[in-house]
Amino acid sequence: MSEAVIAVALVWVAASGTAVVLTRDPLRQAFVAGFFGLGLAFLYLSLQAGDVALSQIVVGAIALPLIVLLSLAKVRKGRE
Amino acid sequence: MSRRARLVLFTAAAAALAVTLGAGLAGLPSFGGQITSYARILNELAPRQRHVTDVVSAITFDYRGIDTLFEEFILLGAVAGISVLLRPLSDETRQLPQDKAPDRTIPPPSPAVWLLAVLLSSLLVLTGLETITHGTLTPGGGFQGGVILASAIYVVFLGTNYATVERFQPAPLLEASDGVGASGYVFIGLLGLLAGASFLSNVVGLGVTGNPISGGTIPLLNLVVGVEVAGGFVILASEFLDQTAVIRTRRR
Repeated sequence: MSEAVIAVALVWVAASGTAVVLTRDPLRQAFVAGFFGLGLAFLYLSLQAGDVALSQIVVGAIALPLIVLLSLAKVRKGRE
Repeated sequence: MSRRARLVLFTAAAAALAVTLGAGLAGLPSFGGQITSYARILNELAPRQRHVTDVVSAITFDYRGIDTLFEEFILLGAVAGISVLLRPLSDETRQLPQDKAPDRTIPPPSPAVWLLAVLLSSLLVLTGLETITHGTLTPGGGFQGGVILASAIYVVFLGTNYATVERFQPAPLLEASDGVGASGYVFIGLLGLLAGASFLSNVVGLGVTGNPISGGTIPLLNLVVGVEVAGGFVILASEFLDQTAVIRTRRR
């Protein structure tokens, strides 16, 4: 059973990681990267690393998208 | 360097990397395999020696506390660096956005968004405090709880506007909390020296295993790290937010 959960998590991480690279628009990439981060957190949780999973969630779901989105907003404002 | 010479250099370097990386990977324990002896020893010792139920906390804040000290200063350095980088430059000026059409009616945020922001921000504060204070018992601790606390401010911004968020983040208090959190770690470390043991020794009473206040210096360190991380992440967000909302290029 736990092998199946880990396998799902690994496939999820591999697929979403590839999707992040293949997405070319930075705005969409930020969202896809969020799904990738969620997959990583799920993988850590399935490997019973609760502390690491929590750190991954707060960095991948809060800190990273926020900084990417605010930077994009600044760049677009400069272009107008 | 000619194209051919570069190719030769790359092939040699790539081959050397492949060999060393392959040898290193072959020496790793198998995936999901047996627990290493270090982990087994700590699993056995940490609850008895440090009276904690989350062994990871005991490792990051006690057995390997000095590593966490350096990581904390890396975060402090990063936040200070971003503050310096994102200051108003000589050709930029701080100016709150002006309403060019004050007569138009601005639709207020929908009640659903407002309600969600109120509920989520208070829940996030509660979850953040819970994560920081229960670091010795359950997964989580100062770092994770600090970021969760800071994210409550982001939710306030999403539900309201820039002016409201400004009221929640007085700059002197934020900068002070970042510095106090970072230096607090050092001061708690010095307690060990004062007690005649080594730096960062766990010299405070350990308490009863399973109680919220147990584990000696571990919950104290969690607390100061939480204060530092929460302050640092709010500073980070407000610096980036200032760039988009307040700082603009000076007209010539």
